[in-house]
Amino acid sequence: MGSVILTNLPALLVVVPLLLAPISALFTFASLGWAIAVVGTGASLIFALLLQSLTETGVRISYHLGNWEPPWGIEFVVDSASSLTLVVMSGLGFLATLAARQLVTNEIAEKDIGKFYAAWLLVSGGLFGLVMTADAFNLFVFLEISALASVILIGMGAGTDRRALVAGYHYLVIGAVGATFYVIGVGFIYAMTGSLNMADIASRIPDASGSAAIYVGFGFMVAGILVKAAIFPVHIWLPAAYSYAPSAVSTLLASIATKAALYVLARILFTVFSGMPDVVTIALSNVIVPLAIGGVFVGTIMAIYEADIKKLFAHSSVAQIGYIALGLGLGTPASVSAAFIHIGNHALIKGGIFMAIGGFVAALGARASLDSLIGIGRRLPLTATAFLICGLSLAGLPLTAGFISKLYLVRAILETESYVILSLVLISSALSVVYLWKIMEVMWMQPVPARSPKLVENPAIYLPIWIVALGNIWFGIDASWLVSASRMAAQMLFGVSLGGGT
Amino acid sequence: MMSLQTAMLIGLLAPLVVAVLTPFLAVRHVWRDAAGPVGGVLTFIAAVQVALAVIDGETPRLFVAQIAEGLAIEFAVTPLGAIFGLVASGLWILAALYSVGYMRGNHEKHQTRFAAFYAVAVHAAMAVAWSGNLLVLFIFYEILTFSTYPLVTHKESAVARNAGRLYMSILVGTSVILLLPAVVWVWFNTGTLDFRPGGYLEGQIDPTMVPILLGLFAFGVGKAALMPIHRWLPAAMVAPTPVSALLHAVAVVKAGVFTILTVVVYVFGIDFLAKTGASQWLIWLTAFTILSSSVVAISKDDIKARLAYSTISQLSYIVLGAALASSMAVQGAAMHIVMHAAGKITLFFCAGAIYVQAHLTKVSDLDGQGREMPWVFTAFFIGALSIIGIPPLGGSWSKFMLMAGAADAGYIAILAVLGLSSLLNVFYLLEPLSRAFFREKTKLVEVKRHPLVVIPPVMTALISIALFFYNETFFDLAILASRGQ
Repeated sequence: MGSVILTNLPALLVVVPLLLAPISALFTFASLGWAIAVVGTGASLIFALLLQSLTETGVRISYHLGNWEPPWGIEFVVDSASSLTLVVMSGLGFLATLAARQLVTNEIAEKDIGKFYAAWLLVSGGLFGLVMTADAFNLFVFLEISALASVILIGMGAGTDRRALVAGYHYLVIGAVGATFYVIGVGFIYAMTGSLNMADIASRIPDASGSAAIYVGFGFMVAGILVKAAIFPVHIWLPAAYSYAPSAVSTLLASIATKAALYVLARILFTVFSGMPDVVTIALSNVIVPLAIGGVFVGTIMAIYEADIKKLFAHSSVAQIGYIALGLGLGTPASVSAAFIHIGNHALIKGGIFMAIGGFVAALGARASLDSLIGIGRRLPLTATAFLICGLSLAGLPLTAGFISKLYLVRAILETESYVILSLVLISSALSVVYLWKIMEVMWMQPVPARSPKLVENPAIYLPIWIVALGNIWFGIDASWLVSASRMAAQMLFGVSLGGGT
Repeated sequence: MMSLQTAMLIGLLAPLVVAVLTPFLAVRHVWRDAAGPVGGVLTFIAAVQVALAVIDGETPRLFVAQIAEGLAIEFAVTPLGAIFGLVASGLWILAALYSVGYMRGNHEKHQTRFAAFYAVAVHAAMAVAWSGNLLVLFIFYEILTFSTYPLVTHKESAVARNAGRLYMSILVGTSVILLLPAVVWVWFNTGTLDFRPGGYLEGQIDPTMVPILLGLFAFGVGKAALMPIHRWLPAAMVAPTPVSALLHAVAVVKAGVFTILTVVVYVFGIDFLAKTGASQWLIWLTAFTILSSSVVAISKDDIKARLAYSTISQLSYIVLGAALASSMAVQGAAMHIVMHAAGKITLFFCAGAIYVQAHLTKVSDLDGQGREMPWVFTAFFIGALSIIGIPPLGGSWSKFMLMAGAADAGYIAILAVLGLSSLLNVFYLLEPLSRAFFREKTKLVEVKRHPLVVIPPVMTALISIALFFYNETFFDLAILASRGQ
């Protein structure tokens, strides 16, 4: 039994959530649906941790679905880069599920909860598949599974705010455009190389490079993924989707959805097209880096002027995704490992923040805005303190996870001697304190409005938030695991040994 | 005798324990209010022990955690750190007593929150003082900023919130945009963030970049209040006076100049700076800050605002000592951390005592009040004389050494600047006294007696006098520091 599980870990990681999904949809009991989701995401976390422990030394697991040999059959590949991403995603996915129980009861009708968790599991399973698959077309399939399930989840916010329907529809349309771009690109590549297996494509690209069709295919694939990763200026679906979705869904999407897409972007840029480094370099320095910087500033500035808290942090996510994309775009081993560090830390930060906002919404029974949160620090001290910790981590206060990200990103930029980029990043990072402080002032430094009812804190809500908040402190003090795993991940992507320099 | 490790643990943790216990002790106000002074005494005893070990040539160390490869949270006390630790902990005892008197006498709200964050700030200051590398220094520098924010905005009024915003935006902004890249730059170029005797940048960095790196540090450390990034300090005066006294005359601002001094001595190396001349621009900038803030101080009628500008001027004395990069100047700078702290905290204590007892905040309202509050104004007089640098008061030593340092380094014009600055000091610090003692009373106010706000300034005034005669410990440490040890 044990060995069966161990040898089939990659498949189980996708199959378990996907199979549990329809089971959950059959039931209308809220707690049963939730229990199934906890089992599904908990099992994924265990599988991901096992995969991580198997691959952290540099081992590359190749799993052949249905025993069909690649490049004909579909192959899953798990190495230190994907297993790190999987651990981050499944870990935060599990915590988001724990927190979801209470958050969901306030926002979604009892009879829909089974279906809600079905879509929840589909998103998770789809995203895990997205990260592991080594087949370019299969990747499209997982992209669609997770996207359609996400649309359902976002649309379920309509119970409290009808704008969720429009947000979901926008995501559906824009996401479909992205996916279509991606699949067009795959078509071109397939036509030129005759293969869909990523490693196989990579080995055939040098022969085919020089042909315009390859470049077109590359462009379409990257553009499609940029949409999915919500990189400026094709991030426009994200703020509305995150802010009108039910709180639990915002947590899940913010901590795992874009992370998977960013990982795929890294894999496409550095592995699949490693055979045409000149073109990739041009794309990195002329497209990805400027867009990343643009996203950082647009996201930060929009957040400064936003009064709705969920939307504010959705804009902030656009900026944070910009930092990750910048790390990828600089294209050095140190910068890519900084990007991986921030993939992990940002999931931890935003997961906690959206959970806490969910907690405020649940307690207040109203949307969280700068007005409704006045004095909330004294009304909901436990939730608000955990929120404060995650917020400080977002601002990069030392001894929190966010600081580690900033430290390694700054160092990676210094190494490339791009001083303009460095100053832009530092300025934006200082600006991010502005929007954060705007909220903290409202929450803590203003008296509680007269005649506001007494609020009760629910342990089922604040305990998961506190786990994440303490995680932010833990990974700010002991970052060795994340730093070395990220370095290993970058090393894997580049397919070279980097030594101990970074 | 406790072991050095224990002493360091106590010095670092006692303030934190006070902070954590304060909300629980708040059931009895006496318990809560006793916690600060008791914590202060413990911290000070630990700081003395550590300082004595440093004089004996030891480097007390405390390892806490390894963040990642090459990044450790570790404390290791340098002679400079020992000086700053003694100053911060010693003055905390009196400031904690004073703070009780002030907050009670003034019927301030949220006294528990105030006491807790006050202790957190002292903890951060101790950690800055004893930090073992640049990373730890940066970490606690930032924590010091964040922990003092609730103190600055304590009144929760619109003015306080605006001051808080200015405070945060300048201090956090400069540290993120300039100080952080400076730290990472050192890390990237040398592979280490440790403090080493004599510094270690020589040969590790392109000499033309040295002035730029120094600039990143000098302006990145907003807490040193060099012009033009000094505005946060006058704004922070909206905080209750115990905050202005201990934090914005001692712990916070001294953490700033301490950072610059430490970086110059243990990272750049005095000899390297002197050789490259990379700090010349900083000498002239500090000279400008010294004079212009003194001029601004004259124009301020609000007592605390005047003292704030005086602080800006005096902080630049210390940065000047670092920039001169001669061993005498560094000694002077290290001594000035001590002397200015004792003098300036006295002045702030007095300003607060005048406010609590008579509700006066303006210099022009002090006419004839000297006889009403003789102890307070006598303490003010002694503090002022020490800041001006007149023997037999502590401040005369550090000014004398800084002047000698300037002459030593060949900057005769700086001697003139220091002399002129002393004259300006005389003018703006003694004016309140001449009004209080030699003018007719213009305002009739009822003076309420609050001994807890009068005893601390008298004590610190006595300390200022004592520091003229008994300063061997500090002097030994300053000499060690100036040798780059």
